[in-house]
Amino acid sequence: MLDLTTTYLGLTLKNPLVAAASPLSKKITNARRLEDAGVSAVVMYSLFEEQIVNESRALNYYLNRGTESYAEALSYFPEMDHYNIGPEEYLGLIQKLKSTLDIPVIASLNGVSTGGWINYAHRMQEAGADALELNIYYIPTDFDITSAELEQNYIDLVSEMRQQIRIPMAVKLSPYFTALPSFARHLVEAGASGLVLFNRFYQPDLDIESLEVVPSLELSTAHEMRLPLRWIAILYGRLPADLALTTGAHNAESILKAMMAGASVVQPASALLLHGIHWTKETLASIEAWMERYEYESIQKMRGSMSQQAVADPAAFERANYMKALTSFDHRILA
Amino acid sequence: MQREIVTIDANEAVAHVAYRTNEVIAIYPITPSSGMGEFADAWSAASKPNVWGTVPLVMEMQSEGGAAGAVHGALTTGSLTTTFTASQGLLLMIPNMYKIAGELIPTVFHVSARSVAAHALSIFGDHSDINAARSTGFAMLASASVQEAQDMALISQAAALESRIPFIHFFDGFRTSHEVNKIEQLSEDDMRALISDEAIVAARQRGLSPDHPVLRGTAQNPDVFFQARERVNPFYAACPQIVQDTMDHFGRQVGRSYHLFDYKGAADAENIIIIMGSGAETCDETANFLANQGEKVGVITVRLYRPFSVAHLLQTIPASVKKIAVLDRTKEPGAAGEPLYMDVVTAVNEGLADGSAPFTSAPQIIGGRYGLSSKEFTPAMVKGIFDNLKEASPKNHFTIGIQDDVSHTSLNYDPTFSIADAQTVYCVFFGLGADGTVGANKNSIKIIGEETEYGAQGYFVYDSKKSGSVTISHLRFGPGQVRAPYLIGENEANFVACHQFGFLERIDVLKYARPGGVFLLNSSHGPGEVWQHLPAEVQKAIIEKNLRFYVIDGYDVALKTGMGGRVNTIMQTCFFAISGVLPKEEAITQIKKSIQKTYGKRGETVVQQNFAAVDSTLENLHEVVVPLQVTSNLERVFVPAEAPEFVKDVLAPMLYYEGDNLPVSAMPVDGTFPTGTSQWEKRNIALEIPIWEPDLCIQCGKCVFVCPHAVIRHKVYDPALLEGAPETFKSMDAKFKELPGMKYTLQVSPEDCTGCVLCVEICPAKDKSQVGRKAINMEPQLPHRATESNNWNFFLTLPEVDRTSIQPNTVKNSQLFQPLFEFSGACSGCGETPYVKLVSQLFGDRSVIANATGCSSIYGGNLPTTPWATNKEGRGPAWSNSLFEDNAEFGLGMRLTIDKQSEYVHELLPHVAKTVGQPLIDELVSADQTNEAGIIQQRERVARLKQLLAGSSDPKVKHLVALADFLVRKSVWIIGGDGWAYDIGYGGLDHVLASGRNVNILVLDTEVYSNTGGQASKATPRAAVAKFAANGKGLPKKDLGMIAMAYGYVYVAKVAMGANDQHTLRAFLEADAYDGPSLIIAYSHCIAHGIDMRKGLEQQKLAMQSGIWPLYRYNPALIPLGQNPLSLDSKEPTISVEDYAYNETRYRMLLQSDEHRAEQLMRSAREDVRKRWELYRQMADIEYKAGQKNDDAGNGGSNA
Repeated sequence: MLDLTTTYLGLTLKNPLVAAASPLSKKITNARRLEDAGVSAVVMYSLFEEQIVNESRALNYYLNRGTESYAEALSYFPEMDHYNIGPEEYLGLIQKLKSTLDIPVIASLNGVSTGGWINYAHRMQEAGADALELNIYYIPTDFDITSAELEQNYIDLVSEMRQQIRIPMAVKLSPYFTALPSFARHLVEAGASGLVLFNRFYQPDLDIESLEVVPSLELSTAHEMRLPLRWIAILYGRLPADLALTTGAHNAESILKAMMAGASVVQPASALLLHGIHWTKETLASIEAWMERYEYESIQKMRGSMSQQAVADPAAFERANYMKALTSFDHRILA
Repeated sequence: MQREIVTIDANEAVAHVAYRTNEVIAIYPITPSSGMGEFADAWSAASKPNVWGTVPLVMEMQSEGGAAGAVHGALTTGSLTTTFTASQGLLLMIPNMYKIAGELIPTVFHVSARSVAAHALSIFGDHSDINAARSTGFAMLASASVQEAQDMALISQAAALESRIPFIHFFDGFRTSHEVNKIEQLSEDDMRALISDEAIVAARQRGLSPDHPVLRGTAQNPDVFFQARERVNPFYAACPQIVQDTMDHFGRQVGRSYHLFDYKGAADAENIIIIMGSGAETCDETANFLANQGEKVGVITVRLYRPFSVAHLLQTIPASVKKIAVLDRTKEPGAAGEPLYMDVVTAVNEGLADGSAPFTSAPQIIGGRYGLSSKEFTPAMVKGIFDNLKEASPKNHFTIGIQDDVSHTSLNYDPTFSIADAQTVYCVFFGLGADGTVGANKNSIKIIGEETEYGAQGYFVYDSKKSGSVTISHLRFGPGQVRAPYLIGENEANFVACHQFGFLERIDVLKYARPGGVFLLNSSHGPGEVWQHLPAEVQKAIIEKNLRFYVIDGYDVALKTGMGGRVNTIMQTCFFAISGVLPKEEAITQIKKSIQKTYGKRGETVVQQNFAAVDSTLENLHEVVVPLQVTSNLERVFVPAEAPEFVKDVLAPMLYYEGDNLPVSAMPVDGTFPTGTSQWEKRNIALEIPIWEPDLCIQCGKCVFVCPHAVIRHKVYDPALLEGAPETFKSMDAKFKELPGMKYTLQVSPEDCTGCVLCVEICPAKDKSQVGRKAINMEPQLPHRATESNNWNFFLTLPEVDRTSIQPNTVKNSQLFQPLFEFSGACSGCGETPYVKLVSQLFGDRSVIANATGCSSIYGGNLPTTPWATNKEGRGPAWSNSLFEDNAEFGLGMRLTIDKQSEYVHELLPHVAKTVGQPLIDELVSADQTNEAGIIQQRERVARLKQLLAGSSDPKVKHLVALADFLVRKSVWIIGGDGWAYDIGYGGLDHVLASGRNVNILVLDTEVYSNTGGQASKATPRAAVAKFAANGKGLPKKDLGMIAMAYGYVYVAKVAMGANDQHTLRAFLEADAYDGPSLIIAYSHCIAHGIDMRKGLEQQKLAMQSGIWPLYRYNPALIPLGQNPLSLDSKEPTISVEDYAYNETRYRMLLQSDEHRAEQLMRSAREDVRKRWELYRQMADIEYKAGQKNDDAGNGGSNA
């Protein structure tokens, strides 16, 4: 009997396949299908700080505009009883998912400021979330902000969030940090129980016909997993935190690699959107087949087996690609 | 019983009762009654039950006529049914009202009484509408205040059911319907107590049912009709007492006592006024004031106007009476007297004749008119009427409140007379529509009304512009109920606030301030320097009235706290802090509570930013140390000296809030006004204006094409004309192949621009080294104002293009044609006006325009200044608005005149052959007028003809000369919105299309009733939220174009200039060229869509790309050529409907309030698009055979 169980954020999961934050979790029926297909937990789609703030402001602006200006049209829209502006709809969905699913539900909160919105984390906990994934992504366009200040902001935010809740919290990061290991350690010390590597966002594109900057999001491809794979391998075993890999996991092989690098779980999103929910079932079957073929009785056994600490050549994770020609050279000789 | 104390307007107060005491409600929007329907619809959408536990069914109809029909049908089958209306709406209901009354079916129509359009439309209040309905057999119950409007709504409902007589319950439009006042709200128990279940059951049992069938609505003959008509008399005879009994029952239940006629004043009054409506309160208060000074005066308030109870009136008139002035808020030209006056004269005479009068000698009775179209009716005027009664021979058939220097009907009165008391606090606030002043003041009134013991009243005055409009809020509060249905007068206000510094340049805001009062100014100049920036008149008033003067930089506070341009809560906080109406801390707590209540459901972010604004206010509020001397030499700005006399003498006073002082003689006799007057009103409302960069400009004309206010124009001209140009005037070599060697300028009128940014958004020319820079870019107006105004004035001196030198068949060429529709009061970024302007450019000098009531008639024809203009020859669009419902027919009538007179003039021409020569006649008759050159040549021939015939005494020749202009081709345009075309005017529109006559119908489709505030029409698309479709429209948009195409001989085009400007231009040219009926349905983005108006054109493009708004032209002229008349001019949808729709609040708000329904409706909307596209595609693919006849197409206006 193969043992696919893993632990992540203090939760025991039946396998390492966790549905990443994506539009799929907006619908109960999809979440149910994910569970039926075999995922061991669901990370809900992200509640965006920016979205809450902007939706609220936009609604207010458009409902106000033109009102009380002209005698025949003192307003332009009917007054609704309520709007799902703010976290209420999201919190309601947590409750529904919790009552529908047997697998853990991880809420996802996306923001950058330490404003009032962080109490949403507390409300997510009260709504029944088993854990929280905090997604922080900030583009520092201000020339006066230093990397140290930026990192400190992240750490403060994690620390403040930690004080809001008792459920475990993972932090989802971008790969663009100068000294990721040190920064990761500070985040864990501030209260992160896990790190999710890495987030992907809209990267603007340029339309050279219209000369416009256009938003663009493309789904990940399999080769993109190398980046998180490397950093998971480097971080594994050196931090008291779980690691999740979330970019480029498109097949059983990539998930096995993630486990061997040291991930507790893999969070696919693009693969599910691209191949459909049934991909989960097929992938889990492939993992089991592989494990049988290579006689791994448990996931735990392979976890971290190819991390930087575990491999014979730790420097392999430190080299840049152009040095590939020198892979046969053992630089420890020079040490 | 503890009842809730609320501070609301009468529309809400009445709807509160009407909704809860009915089961079926048929509605249609019309100002000022729309609010009642909106409340009813919103409550029904929110499933609020009536007092019997069921949710009333609310149905929007296509017109008031339709609403009355639906009401009649619902009543006749036994439902408790009501409706709300006013003015022309009530007139459209009259035929059904006769039926309902004739059939003794109880109902109540709640009417916010409004002027009926005569020489002009007016949205404001008087009793001309209800008087027009007084012969229908409906009982009529009048309310004089917000509290009464609520109470009488219930009394009329109960009395109708008891008496079987249907009622109009009416109250004054705007003055009462829109006044916010503190009232005691009736409970549901009160309603159940007043309305008899037995009467309801009886009404139900009389309902038509196949289970106990009867027949109603017979046709009767001379033998019995008369007798049958008289059969109802006992019910009318009984009705007054039933109403009084109901009032008594109401008094026992609620504690407020009413009578059919209520008397107030001296017990031994000799001179009394009889009046109904809100003016009665003014009379009451003034009579009390005068009686307390020993004057023997009194007032009778008429409540039950029909059936008119002579007996009850006579019982109410004091026996001591000697003279009676009866006041009517209506005018019946040619009548012996106005209706209430006639009623009183009859009643008194009958009372004297039969001895039932309390007096033995006949009192002298005079009648007078007051308050038409919400003309102010003040205590000073009431005093003037009592003074008139004191005269030995009081003036009869008088007017009060105006200066009638033509017929000399008006009474003189002392305007300084005031009954303002020291206990009441009077406050006047000047705001900009967009800054939220009125909303904040409504909240302030609610706070004072509901959190203090004070009575409180708010009334709000708006101007007639839809962008940059000025609002004036009049607030009163103090001990007891505020009964003052008139504006705060000069020198009465304890507190005057001006929320826009710029107003000081053109409005005398401080005339309202009483000596020792407070003046609060929103100013970017701090307390130290503000003084030097004030106009001299303002400084003088502050010093002479010894005002305490405060300033705050509200915009800075708003900017720093994320409030944008809305200074409302900031200025509100200042008001509470300075006025001391509540302790400061409590005031701030209450303001925040009110913010939470108003904005809470829009999200915490909005609440917090308002809180932040409140918290940052007081530290920025400063009292100014007022100098002892006037130091300013700045003066108020008025219209320029070169403006025409009519503009200076008549329109300018209206612009500067002095229109009330214009005498009768200043007015045209027949409502006819000169055109081209908006150019004299420089509004300076744009904070930023477009500035031209010639180095990037490709002279495409797109910016000129889309400009809603015709403030950006281009010209091509001889380089020699640049001599004498201002130094800052920009030009470049023209790139027009038809006009070689010329110069080109793109120029903006800085003082007329509204800053909408559409021009910059559409500009395709980007700097290749810096793509953010375009050929036009927005820059702050103030630094450019003087230079660009100078440049604009020079630009205007450059000649317009020779219309024969260029074909208007490209966007850039067409935009060289002078716009004859300019600087309207439309919303900034309006999606309608560019189409209207295009009509004026292409055909304006030979067009007659029929304009349906709605946005386009308001920005097209609302005084003071109007945008329709003339060219240098004095030609331009001749424009008129008849009604809302009849516009297509109105325009057809114009066409019939042109066709008939043209025919007649052709018949007359042979008569002058000898005088003018046959060749000229042949040329006139056979002239090719298909292009500009041909039209200009024909005009020259007509001029020659007139010249040759001048001075003739032959009657036929005189007729010929008078009609000769009909030899030049005319273009009839019938313009209106979707409310007209799809709903209320559809029957007429269909008939006009079917007529085959050569008219051009332009439907400005905003997909809602924009002018009345966004109610759903049949053009509203599925899944969009609108008023009267608060749950999202569940059915698809009516396909008006497809219906018109079905005729086969109607030119039809669906256009969206943001999607394809060239296509739009082509459609307009083809429509004019087609010798038959044409229909253009034009996508008009609108403020009611809840979009970023800068992106209006982009939304049009997305509408096309999503398939929501396919572009096409159906040209029947192609059929005989063997071509398919339908050309599908946009591509198959490339984006989803959501990608278009969810940029708009009207769709998003459903997603935000009911996601499940939104998804369901959006699914259906996608299906609508797919099916329609498929159908159009198949139609466009049909092969037509060459030589196929289309006998109907291009029939030259003959439908024989």
